[in-house]
Amino acid sequence: MNGPGGMATLADHKRRRIDELTARTAEGGGVSLLRDAGRRLLRNPAAIVGGAIILLFLIIAIFAPLVAPHDPVQRFPELTGGLTVDSIPGASAGHPLGSDPLGRDFASRMIYGARQTLFVGVLATLIGLLCGVLLGAIAGAAGGWVDMLIMRITDVMLALPSLLLAITLVALARQPTQWTVIVAVAVVNVPIFARLLRGSMLAQRESDHVLAARALGVRQRHIVTRHMLPNSLTAVIVQATLTFAVAILDAAALSFLGLGDPDINRAEWGLMLGVDGVRYLEVRPELAYFPAIAIILVALGFTLLGESMREALDPKNRR
Amino acid sequence: MVRVVLRRLSQLGVTLIALMTLIFFWLRSLPGGPVDALLGERATPQTRETLTRALGYDQPIWVQYGRFLRNVVTGDFGNSIRTGEPVADVISRAFPATVELALAAIVIAVGLGIPLGYLAARHHGRLLDNATIVVTLVGISVPIFFLGYLLKDWLTQGTHLFPPSGRISTGVENTGVTGFFVLDGLLTREWDASADALWHLILPAVTLATIPLAIIVRITRAGVLDVLDEDYVRTADAKGLRNATIRKRHVLRNALLPVVTTIGLQTGTLLAGAVLTEKVYNWGGLGTLITDSISGSRDYPVLQALILLAAVVFIVVNLLVDLSYAVIDPRVRVR
Amino acid sequence: MRAPGRQAYWRRAVIAAGVTTAMAIGAAGCAKSDRDSGDKGAGGGTFVFAGAGDPKNFDPIFNDDGESFRPIRQMYDTLVAHKPGTAELTGGLAESWSNDPTGKIWTFKLRQGVKFHDGTALDAAAVCANFDRWSTMKGDAAQSQMIYYADVFGGFAGSPDAVYDNCKAQDAGTAVVTMKKYKGAFPGAFALTAFSIASPAAMKQYGADTVTQSGDSFSYSAFATEHPTGTGAFTFGGWNKATGEITLNRNPDYWGEKAKVDKMIIKVIKDENTRKQELRAGTVQAIDFPAPADRKALADEGYTVLPRPAFNILYLGINQKNPKLKDLRVRQAIAYALNRPQLVQTKGPGGSKVADQFLPDTVLGYAPDVQKYEYNVDKAKQLLADAGATGLTLNFYYPTEVTRPYMPNPQEIFTVLANDLQAAGIKVTGVPRPWNGGFKDDVQQFGKQDLHILGWTGDYNDPGNFVGTFFGRPKDEFGDQAMTDMFSAIDKADATVDQAAKKTAFEQVNRDLASKWLPAVPIWHAPPALVTTKNVQGLVPSPLTGEQFNTVSISK
Repeated sequence: MNGPGGMATLADHKRRRIDELTARTAEGGGVSLLRDAGRRLLRNPAAIVGGAIILLFLIIAIFAPLVAPHDPVQRFPELTGGLTVDSIPGASAGHPLGSDPLGRDFASRMIYGARQTLFVGVLATLIGLLCGVLLGAIAGAAGGWVDMLIMRITDVMLALPSLLLAITLVALARQPTQWTVIVAVAVVNVPIFARLLRGSMLAQRESDHVLAARALGVRQRHIVTRHMLPNSLTAVIVQATLTFAVAILDAAALSFLGLGDPDINRAEWGLMLGVDGVRYLEVRPELAYFPAIAIILVALGFTLLGESMREALDPKNRR
Repeated sequence: MVRVVLRRLSQLGVTLIALMTLIFFWLRSLPGGPVDALLGERATPQTRETLTRALGYDQPIWVQYGRFLRNVVTGDFGNSIRTGEPVADVISRAFPATVELALAAIVIAVGLGIPLGYLAARHHGRLLDNATIVVTLVGISVPIFFLGYLLKDWLTQGTHLFPPSGRISTGVENTGVTGFFVLDGLLTREWDASADALWHLILPAVTLATIPLAIIVRITRAGVLDVLDEDYVRTADAKGLRNATIRKRHVLRNALLPVVTTIGLQTGTLLAGAVLTEKVYNWGGLGTLITDSISGSRDYPVLQALILLAAVVFIVVNLLVDLSYAVIDPRVRVR
Repeated sequence: MRAPGRQAYWRRAVIAAGVTTAMAIGAAGCAKSDRDSGDKGAGGGTFVFAGAGDPKNFDPIFNDDGESFRPIRQMYDTLVAHKPGTAELTGGLAESWSNDPTGKIWTFKLRQGVKFHDGTALDAAAVCANFDRWSTMKGDAAQSQMIYYADVFGGFAGSPDAVYDNCKAQDAGTAVVTMKKYKGAFPGAFALTAFSIASPAAMKQYGADTVTQSGDSFSYSAFATEHPTGTGAFTFGGWNKATGEITLNRNPDYWGEKAKVDKMIIKVIKDENTRKQELRAGTVQAIDFPAPADRKALADEGYTVLPRPAFNILYLGINQKNPKLKDLRVRQAIAYALNRPQLVQTKGPGGSKVADQFLPDTVLGYAPDVQKYEYNVDKAKQLLADAGATGLTLNFYYPTEVTRPYMPNPQEIFTVLANDLQAAGIKVTGVPRPWNGGFKDDVQQFGKQDLHILGWTGDYNDPGNFVGTFFGRPKDEFGDQAMTDMFSAIDKADATVDQAAKKTAFEQVNRDLASKWLPAVPIWHAPPALVTTKNVQGLVPSPLTGEQFNTVSISK
């Protein structure tokens, strides 16, 4: 069902890029490729740096209650005392980064921010991944008109710029919550994962071990769940790593547009940057700088790791 | 051939009708809706009722749907709730602004990206190369609205190097011809208007260009590295061809193929980026229109038309590309 | 003006060419400084003002928002006007007005020699033509756009609720408007910008009454979009939608104080941050609604910050549809639980005040001795315990995607108030809703909330415009259908013709609202501001956000 001729439309390029990744992981197939790739990954400094950044933030996120000096939503009298609409108290004893616009401890909010930001990113990626994988698996396993229908829909979705699609989805939601943001950002990724998985499964359908299993009379469902799906997951994991960075950037952009998470009690970097950071940029620039730097670092970490994984899996680099 | 075109067009029709139906029923199932959007705090229950009647919302949904379809078929998308103007006017005014901005961004991204990528590849593994990689990676990871705010803060406040917002200075006469302000000034020989528009264009274009620029640098670099490794380049080198000739004839030309592809791929990124950039710089294009018609105002007629516009552009472009391929390469059959 | 950058320099020279020439001439004129109005070219130049949103159209009667009223106010006049900088009434197109003892017949003595921009004379017949036009407007499309008319005049000709009866031109200079009943809104409502007097000839020529429905919205006549014709200090110059600029030209034949600038441009800049930056770049000379956070910095940099006297109210609405909230003690507990002084200190725009009743102290009927509900968490907890409402859980609706002069940042306000309520043991579930995507619908029409925040900016100086609007009739917003004594008390106060008696009646209403009824908790009065560059003089901030720019001049 590839469009007639591999032509130069937007969707086709996105498609081709995805298919390329599929091919890389599908063609070698099996454990030896993965072991090779893993070895190459560990030798790549970019991957190490990326992984270290992610690990650091992960630790902060998991141990936030231990690391943070205070409760991120509590308002402190010593902070609200000096707080007015045009001045926000800076660092003081017990509050290393000072106050946020509502008299909460900014340092604690930054630390808990790791948790919420990773939560949004992981969930958005995971939901996109699961739906995409499910659709892709159905398309790949069923073939025929089901495949055709699913692929047509993903084509249309791929054609729309991701942020536009997310904005529209948020606007069409009944009530803005953190979940509308997560879902909107997730939906954008569904077609990518669907296509990825379907391509990989198609490639495997004709592969030796699947043919062998079929010849042995193994049931179709068993072949799909036990053989085809696990083998397709490598490509999906690489894509998920790259998706993550985009997801938190999109969430921040939605907040900036006033369409993000409406609960400003929640400490999430995108929200902190897009709402308070921009609004109080002149009053206290740190409110923008710190979340921005954190977002850049995390996005950088995931991009570095994802790109390195993609590189490592590239058969061209197998030497 | 004609049959193919006809069939594709009818497919387009079916897709559009399906999409419109979806949009229509979805929008009507939302709380608030146009009645809410049109009324301020001062509305009495009677006004609300009159308005509901005036908009025909008191009629059965299928009557409304019929009227909606008829309007759309006749090209009437209704009026913007926010400004009361016909939707077509609103969109056709915003369109050139965004195209102007996007083109400028592409020019910057390509103009800087290719030389930078090439230089990085030539200095493979050295400081310049590594610095380029780091900078481009950060470039991809920066939220661009934040970058826009920073640029604006640094370059328009205090120093006044650039204007903070808008497309042209107040009081500068520009006769509208195409809606592209820089071009309009040239066409009508209002040089100062053209210069002024260009001056307003620079910062937003730079902001919008960051992500495509970073990507183009990376792709060019990778492309050049690949090509440098190819046999024909080594052969050329061995033949003793001058460096400049090799560069021009073999390396760049071949390395640029993926770049061209990437530029096409970036159109979507540009549009998404335009939403953010236009908000930061008060740039009256499609991006602003999208934000304006969602955030705060819920301008459903405009939103509806914008979604349809996106779909039509996608379908038509696809069709044109398919057809042109069939024309160029007879081996490709249009199905 | 600060030193522009290198690149900017030649550019600026070009733009400013016209402006500076005019300014130079103006400076000479200024030095002589003649105060008597109506001389030529006093000041001169172009005044660029940054507004916050697109206007809808320029036909006064079809508008209800401040951004449309801003240009309309410069082009039209009302029968009765406000003294600059106050909500007090003074003569407008009518030099004087009187009311008969029944309060139903209004006699306007019109100013002599006033001409519309199209050259036709403003006389009693023209005034009556405007009243008649409004009351007999045909079609749902047009009627649904006349928000203020429906609110003040009850209904259109033929409707049983219609307040307006007829208008007679006694002679060319005297218009007599007869109402079917007395209404407290008058004469204040005659000063509403929506009821500006337009040229009947121009309205006829450009088909002003045609409002057509198109899809989910409306389109307006050429009168409303291209040929607005009033008597105001400025005439319509044009509306460039691509750049968002409305140009107004000085009306050399204005009857009052003629505009000091030759030209005024209202530039639409929606983002408050960008408005501020344009002010600093010197491309605009004044901005409306600066971000509260920026006011101090701008003042420190030498800009003139002009806070308007607060004429608004933000309140926390309580919905008695929830049986728990029917108990006055619970509502009082909510009032005690809110630390309003702290909210004003931390989040109030400069000059904000804690509100103890639903109208500002400049309005008739303000009672200084209402029950105040000083912040007291223990008392709140005690009251909740007495009412058997411990462990109360309430949903709290707040709007997103909006800022209002009385509510610059709803999310922050909600968060602070919810925090206070939690501290008193009331569990709060926040429900965010987009302003136009369900908030108004859910809160005002369906009453889905237990608590919500909303507010109001006064239209004219009358207690009915505040208290009457909120609590004068049963509303789903407050679920207060059972509070009949409240409605009748407000009704009676509103129908009192004698001003002294009306004052006493409304003072009692305000006292009872605070102690006996408490259908909502008043939060604050927050003054919105204007900021101008140093060289702008004569801009008088109006509590009603009804600034007129004819007094503005630009010096060197």
